[in-house]
Amino acid sequence: MQPTFDPSRPLDRDDLARMVAADIPRGSYVNLGIGQPTRVADFLVRDRGVILHTENGMLGVGPQAYGDDIDPDLLNAGKIPVTETPGAAYFDHAESFAMMRGGHLDICVLGAFQVSFDGNLANWHTGGLDAIPAVGGAMDLAIGAREVFVLMTLFSKDGMPKLVPKCTYPLTGLACVSRVYTDYGVFVLTDHGVVTRATYGISRDDLAERLRVTLKSA
Amino acid sequence: MATVVADADEAVAGIVDGSTVLIGGFGTAGQPVELIDALIRSDVKDLTVINNNAGNGRVGLAALLANGQVRKIICSFPRQADSYVFDELYRAGKVELELVPQGNLAERIRAAGAGIGAFFCPTGVGTPLAEGKERRSIDGRDYVLEYPIKGDVALIKARRADTLGNLVYRKTARNFGPVMAMAAKITVVQVDEIVEPGGIDPEVVITPGIFVDRLVQIDAVSPPAHAAAAG
Repeated sequence: MQPTFDPSRPLDRDDLARMVAADIPRGSYVNLGIGQPTRVADFLVRDRGVILHTENGMLGVGPQAYGDDIDPDLLNAGKIPVTETPGAAYFDHAESFAMMRGGHLDICVLGAFQVSFDGNLANWHTGGLDAIPAVGGAMDLAIGAREVFVLMTLFSKDGMPKLVPKCTYPLTGLACVSRVYTDYGVFVLTDHGVVTRATYGISRDDLAERLRVTLKSA
Repeated sequence: MATVVADADEAVAGIVDGSTVLIGGFGTAGQPVELIDALIRSDVKDLTVINNNAGNGRVGLAALLANGQVRKIICSFPRQADSYVFDELYRAGKVELELVPQGNLAERIRAAGAGIGAFFCPTGVGTPLAEGKERRSIDGRDYVLEYPIKGDVALIKARRADTLGNLVYRKTARNFGPVMAMAAKITVVQVDEIVEPGGIDPEVVITPGIFVDRLVQIDAVSPPAHAAAAG
């Protein structure tokens, strides 16, 4: 059963994670990026048979490990101790990334600094002079997974839209994002423009105004 | 042919200044900390280190960095909550960084071990990390030319070896071990346990002994609980 969400208020983090989890088709192989996307795992219903991939060499990632269950040899991509599910598999890094580039991974869910209307993703580097860049597996996931879902706030802390005509931060991948889940709306990026699936806590017209884009209806 | 050596110091003997060292591990999982400690005692300088990260806390790779032995690090994800040793050296201009997308890092190492001259990879096309690299369109998709990363020496950690160097790993501590084992002139492996030939089911060998040169048993600090099934 699909969860329902109140359109009169913005979605909170748990709402967003629950919504993404509900949109993942039964039996998908899925990679959840570090940080906010990892929360999606908390809302994946076990009987849907979704199998989680972690870039550091595992399929069948289980919930976070606590206490006596913590094993220093069993970490996820964020280096957080996790558990294994029945039927899990381990493999080396070359094989893990072959699963991405080779088109075997159905979906990845990533955070972002910016996404452009045509699906370019910027999520690895702010470009700041003092910032130490770190890319990890983001570029491989962005171009490798069959579908890339982005989970982010729609506006930066200073109120600037993060869904933009053109990314100003350094790019992670070109034309790779298919859906953007945000607190104020869910967007499907198509060859014909940005389609708004729903808005939350803001009208469609106000949202179009703030994003300076013509939003198509789903 | 693999040789079993007495201790970690003997395992890293002969590594010279200016060497390129592949070091296994993803964060702390699979990091060959005791081999790195021996490298610190050997005091070799001017190393180029390849690892996924740039050290955690003040142990292992972080301690090697702190000891001023590393000229350059090639990695995918240096910046972490506990990468303060690297952060400080980098900001002070005391260590060079080459940032490589993680899958390219793995595949470039694998290519070195597999005798591949270079390969076209779709990762990074149109991003700053592909700038200056040869680009080609193949069947309508754009790719970037990537070159192998070879090591003079590889330092990795596995769960168990037989005396011929056949290796099994443990859980996500496997990570870069198998590809790094293939890609260096000398591959040095620290394991929790060394058994006689026949002590590992040939069907579960992950790294065949042909890729291994030196083996050293280091008593596990935290004994793995469920490793028996690995053979």
